[in-house]
Amino acid sequence: MGKLSRFIDSSKTGKDTESRQLTRRQFLVGAAGAGLTLAFARPGMAFASPGDAIAAGAYEPTIWYQIQRDGRIVINIAEAEMGQHIGTALARIVADELEADWSLVELNYVDSDPKWDLMVTGGSWSVWQDFTPMSHAGAAGRIALIEEGARLMGVSSSRCQARNSQVIAGNKSISYGEIVSRGHISRTFSDDELKKLPVKKPSERRLIGHEAEALDIPDKISGASVYGIDASIENMVYARPLVPPTRHGASVKQVDDSKAKQVDGYIRTLVLDDPSDTVPGWAVVIANSFHAANRAASQVKVDWQPGKTSDVSEQQILDHGEKLIGDATKGALVVDEPGVDDAFSHADSVLEQDYVTHSVLHFQMEPVNALAFEKDGTWEIHTGNQWQSLAIPVLAKALDVDQSKIVMRTYMLGGGFGRRLNGDYTVPAALAAKALGRPVKLVFTREDDARFDSIRSPSNQKVRMAFDAEGQVIGMEHHATAGWPTQVMAPFFMPKAKNGEKYDPFAIQGAAHWYSVGAHRLRAISNDLANATFRPGWLRSVGSGWVNFALESFMDEAAHKLGKDPIDFRLGLLKAEGKNAGSAPNAVGGASRQANVLRRVKELSGWGTNQPSDTGLGVATSYGQERDMPTWTACVTKVRVDRETGRVHLLRLSVVTDAGTIVHPDGAWAQVQGASLWGASMALHEGTQIAAGQVKDTNLNTYTPMRMGDVPVIDVEFIDSSETSMGLGEPATTVAGPAIANAIFNAVGVRLRSLPIRAEDVHKALNT
Amino acid sequence: MDIQFELNGKSVQVDVPEDTPLLWAIRDHLGLTGTKFGCGIGMCGACTVHVNGRATRSCITPVSAVANSAVTTIEGIDPSHPLQAAWIKAQAPQCGYCQPGQIMQAVNLLEDFPDPSDEQINAVMSGNLCRCMAYIRIKEAIKLAAGEMQKEKADG
Repeated sequence: MGKLSRFIDSSKTGKDTESRQLTRRQFLVGAAGAGLTLAFARPGMAFASPGDAIAAGAYEPTIWYQIQRDGRIVINIAEAEMGQHIGTALARIVADELEADWSLVELNYVDSDPKWDLMVTGGSWSVWQDFTPMSHAGAAGRIALIEEGARLMGVSSSRCQARNSQVIAGNKSISYGEIVSRGHISRTFSDDELKKLPVKKPSERRLIGHEAEALDIPDKISGASVYGIDASIENMVYARPLVPPTRHGASVKQVDDSKAKQVDGYIRTLVLDDPSDTVPGWAVVIANSFHAANRAASQVKVDWQPGKTSDVSEQQILDHGEKLIGDATKGALVVDEPGVDDAFSHADSVLEQDYVTHSVLHFQMEPVNALAFEKDGTWEIHTGNQWQSLAIPVLAKALDVDQSKIVMRTYMLGGGFGRRLNGDYTVPAALAAKALGRPVKLVFTREDDARFDSIRSPSNQKVRMAFDAEGQVIGMEHHATAGWPTQVMAPFFMPKAKNGEKYDPFAIQGAAHWYSVGAHRLRAISNDLANATFRPGWLRSVGSGWVNFALESFMDEAAHKLGKDPIDFRLGLLKAEGKNAGSAPNAVGGASRQANVLRRVKELSGWGTNQPSDTGLGVATSYGQERDMPTWTACVTKVRVDRETGRVHLLRLSVVTDAGTIVHPDGAWAQVQGASLWGASMALHEGTQIAAGQVKDTNLNTYTPMRMGDVPVIDVEFIDSSETSMGLGEPATTVAGPAIANAIFNAVGVRLRSLPIRAEDVHKALNT
Repeated sequence: MDIQFELNGKSVQVDVPEDTPLLWAIRDHLGLTGTKFGCGIGMCGACTVHVNGRATRSCITPVSAVANSAVTTIEGIDPSHPLQAAWIKAQAPQCGYCQPGQIMQAVNLLEDFPDPSDEQINAVMSGNLCRCMAYIRIKEAIKLAAGEMQKEKADG
């Protein structure tokens, strides 16, 4: 929906999204089962009454809710719950317009269904895309309840108002539960009526923007929450994968399980035959417990024919990236304004720098897993997943069944961060269940999970800026290359660039900045060696996570070259004019709002004050990911560098965010806190490398994300705004890394142009 | 082989190989899934349970080692424990997967250090990874609970 459908080429997905978008929406309110159901009608279907349509399931299951006779309000959530408390945020949008008693609201996380069309949670899109339809759904319900409540009380509906799940007229009142029990609501709202619904002014909101406890939290504290790894069914067996030496092109030559047969509980080892080519060369060890599968796996010898990338190293991928950047014929010109070459040939001076980022693991706490079985001709996949509609076609191909015969059951996600957008881990479970003819629960060990991760690709970037004799910026070029997740997993999402080349928008976002820099050129290049070696992944904030490291490090370098204060230099370029003026509804104010968060973080962080020796502040800013969905973010970090060891101590992190209307402030605060620490963790504590075709670090003994003792003092602040709600889960991830690199420069005068920043790199830079 | 121990106050018996990690015995054989699998090498803390009252990484503890011992999991923590209320008040969890382990560790922390300093909290809790990086609220919740328990003690 929304954002994603703009990218979809309907001929590739077989879905006629364009006509769907143009279809006028109807909203249905009708009795069904034990209560009142409120839902958007599915286009192209006619029924005698709303109740009939609802009974026939002819509604869009993405946004619908039910009011029970006892007054409980069950709001259905089609988004993955992975720490962002999205159910709470979306439910509060509906409940606010519905004038519901919040204590009566419950969430129901729904399973996949062919009629879903598109089911995806990512890109921080959820609140942004659902805000308006959810508000309409709530307001329509309120009006239907007021009308029926008025009728039951024998008063005119114009005398009634709704509040706290009651319809009130003077000293008379009736509860929503009673209206549903006694009344006969059957109501359809046309598209035009929906658009004219009186939706509340921000000042009248009772839930949106106010504090609330997240509805998913109590079960997470008592141990009652059910994650994918907790799913079980009678008669299931356990499977442990044997991951081949290369991600692509491997095959099994021979399996020797003679020693495994000594293991109590061992059943057999299966070599998977995968028509979808998702897990080539995979074998799985089957046993009656996970422990037995693990023990047996250590005794099974597999002789593999590896794919072509078994010798590939991180450095080879980066060397290849450097060559790609050096070849002007490669890649997609995402931005290509006239006059770039002219600006550089007439420049008084030019600044050019190269930046590198290394591989990063998702390392979500719950290793990927899936339970798969066939029941009454339908394949059920029980797992936590972020993008069901991407996984189902792949599963259909793997199992050789129609997509309508696959359902994905929804569970809590023990961390998403983009890993579970890619549902590849469901395929070996399904194949094993098919081969065995019984339910299979496949659990990855942490090491298996890391080796099979869709990592954040290593990247190379080159940034250039042209200045005139007065030190004004007159042109800019930015070239970026990495493995492209969207090219590998969802090529139908790739738009065409100015030069006709298709590109992965998620692998360059963040670079189409709002600075006025004269003629601008932005080139994105797919690193084919990276794509061949591993399956590149979408990882929290995707392209912006590494693109912004180069962009914002470079902006600092440019400021220092000109002898300007790094914040003042940026503010001078955030002019909100021309293409950066902004537009309604999403980017009202344009670059001026980015300038505003930057000015605010300057005040908040003590910018410009004297610092102790070897201590410095560094700044970075971002619009988040998409120019059409900007979350204005600015960050200042404070670091102290130990000159003896090169160790960087992150002391303080200040983040100011303007994400428009904040629906669930407490959740928003947690998201920005977590995202900014993710950025800091990737900059100072994480990072791995490809060695012999696979990631080198596979567990916490060598992969070392930030721990409690590493956490700096954090100031998080939001700009008070009633503008359109933007995404919050990712933007703060993009600023901590460059702000840390810039702070190190200000502390000890060395410039680090590679992520992660290791103590030995800083030490070396200090001593050369 | 049959191994007997006490789980959340009840006597249980499992018939599993003696090297089976306690984690899998609890989850797959005894059906309590609040205790989580994260790293399998005792370094993330998601599998933390109490063995005879002490926080223990169940993923690297063979079930045979707890024979005749008392094991407590998140399901066995008193719902009225001040840590539970503090965790809600601080809205500590995000994805929630590490939280049972964090709470089990924090119960011991407050027994050992009823009025913990930041350094003590960091030292004890740094063995528990939170990938959502909800550390600030976890620490806030621990301090809230400590305050509450001190108050109860003074009042009691």
